[in-house]
Amino acid sequence: MNILERVQPIFQDVLDDPSLRVERASSAESVEGWDSLAHINLIASIEKEFGIQFALGELSELKNVGEMIDLMERKLIRK
Amino acid sequence: MASTPRTQLGYPFDGGSILRRAKRLRRESAERTGLVPLRIAILGGWTTQETATLLELFLLDQGFRPEIHQSEYNKFFEDAVLDSGALEAFRPQIVYLHVGVANLQHTPPVSANKAEFEAALAAELARFEEIWSSLHSKLGCTIIQNNFELPLDPLGNHGASAYGGRRHFVSRLNVELAERARLDKRLLVHDVCTLAARIGADRWFDPHRWFAYKIWLTPDADAALAYSLATQMSAIVGRARKCLVLDLDNTLWGGVIGDEGVEKIRLGRETPEAEAFTAFQEFCLSLQKRGILLAVCSKNDEAIARQGFAHPDSVLALEHFSAFRANWEPKSETIESIAEELNIGLESLVFVDDNPAEREIVRAQLPMVAVPEVGSDVSRFPEILVAAGYFETTGLSAEDLSRSSMYAAEAARSHSQAKYSSYGEYLRDLDMKAEIASFSATYLDRITQLINKTNQFNLTTRRYTHAEVAACITDERTITLYGRLTDKFGDNGLISVVIGRIRNSSVDIELWLMSCRVLKRDMERAMLDALVERALAAGAEQLHGVYLRSEKNALVADHYRQLGFDCVERTEDGGRSAWVLNLSDHYEKKNRYIAVNEIPAS
Repeated sequence: MNILERVQPIFQDVLDDPSLRVERASSAESVEGWDSLAHINLIASIEKEFGIQFALGELSELKNVGEMIDLMERKLIRK
Repeated sequence: MASTPRTQLGYPFDGGSILRRAKRLRRESAERTGLVPLRIAILGGWTTQETATLLELFLLDQGFRPEIHQSEYNKFFEDAVLDSGALEAFRPQIVYLHVGVANLQHTPPVSANKAEFEAALAAELARFEEIWSSLHSKLGCTIIQNNFELPLDPLGNHGASAYGGRRHFVSRLNVELAERARLDKRLLVHDVCTLAARIGADRWFDPHRWFAYKIWLTPDADAALAYSLATQMSAIVGRARKCLVLDLDNTLWGGVIGDEGVEKIRLGRETPEAEAFTAFQEFCLSLQKRGILLAVCSKNDEAIARQGFAHPDSVLALEHFSAFRANWEPKSETIESIAEELNIGLESLVFVDDNPAEREIVRAQLPMVAVPEVGSDVSRFPEILVAAGYFETTGLSAEDLSRSSMYAAEAARSHSQAKYSSYGEYLRDLDMKAEIASFSATYLDRITQLINKTNQFNLTTRRYTHAEVAACITDERTITLYGRLTDKFGDNGLISVVIGRIRNSSVDIELWLMSCRVLKRDMERAMLDALVERALAAGAEQLHGVYLRSEKNALVADHYRQLGFDCVERTEDGGRSAWVLNLSDHYEKKNRYIAVNEIPAS
């Protein structure tokens, strides 16, 4: 399964919206409820689910879900 | 879902998973009624939102409706001492000082001498004393103050003793904090130092989260801290649990006393297994000595169960138990009757049983009883019970809060709903599958062993040698059946044996036994169904059963009546009775809950 599909249940759980679907263009501005606390929770859940760790500063430069997924892909290949 | 092996918010829990589902859990828990309001202020030295979220979830799960006020980021001192208006308006019942090593301002320099060390200690304590005294005078409520986890120390081992050692400093600070809490009834220590050690430094602190969000703890550590805090708060308002309800066989001693006899149960110092059971009994006794009630809830014959406490190595004696129930009823019903007898609410009980199926029915039918997922390794039980914090105590300010009395037992009882509407639904949910077949060489050893050790569910208590069992297999006039049962918790193994002899137009049931582990699961009905099928195939018109009383098989005195047999003969003292089931009428299968895979007679 590709990464975009695998992160869907995480977003659904953290934002408590079973019908939510994020796309590559989705971002904190466009997704309801994606505030700073939800963000911390999303990152922790993604790190746990995929067994990866984001480096300090890596996340602040990302504009949307697509960029995050590309970053995750690079990390997963290196694993 | 009925198959969830434990409640998500009960101990042990998965912190990361709770946080991921926090919004939903909060929404669901908040819908419950009969929750007791509790006003809590968190004064933090960092971002406290995650801790607050977790604390709220655990308190909701423990029957509270918490309202949580948080100080501005890292403004615990200011909000308590200088600008306390918002806090005073909130009128908290409990103030939690969520601070740690990062908030210390007076740690001594590495070059410090004794005087400098003591001066730093005094300055640090003075700062906290100012906070406590301000809170006392303005709010008069209970204060929970974190003590401090032992920090990384650039001096290494030397730091544990040097005046310039951070670890030495924090150790002393913890001691001084404890001294002050002992003298001040409204000041409680939250023992972060021990909690951090239990979790382990690597899992406790995550520098990424600290630098990126100013969150002190990892998700798992934050959950552990919030849970520990919730149990302490429960104790403050007098809602800690009061009674430990215990299974007997393989919980308080090794083995099944009804089958093996008191002389064979494992207790004492002779083997590692026996030592572990003895250690658990000692642990239970230590709880009893500090005022926790003990009760027995066991599936056993009562007279036999009591004998276990006459074992020379039994640490516990009958006098230690406030209630003693050994019977064959569903444990959820027995536990309700224990609570009634002791006149305490079900939410005061903790139930410990090595059998996952028993834990499941109690958890499902009586959700307010705490049923920790203890597993089956008794050597772990004490650790699990302590970490779960059921019996937290403060001995302190219960009086202060008694006006807003928190006992809502009746409300909680009437509003909580049993997960299964009936015992049948529970059985259905066990997802049982049986294999019933004639004896085969593979199982000869197990069948012989079961025949020779089963005492309770055993209609005739006839014993057979290995050779006699083997002879049954080849005898055409003998019907043999064994039954294996699995359920959603795993494989119960080969647990039932029936031997019948075909005589003219009837089958005489010479032997019928079953392990008590699977009692009241419909397995005996499934065995009867299989037996009838084979009897009919052999041309029989009747089944003949006999009950021969022994010292231990009172359990099955009514076995044949319950299965629809008619009594045709009974000795005056009831020691022997004979029973008949006519097969000429249409026989309807009696098993309702087990999916049977019948392997036909070869």
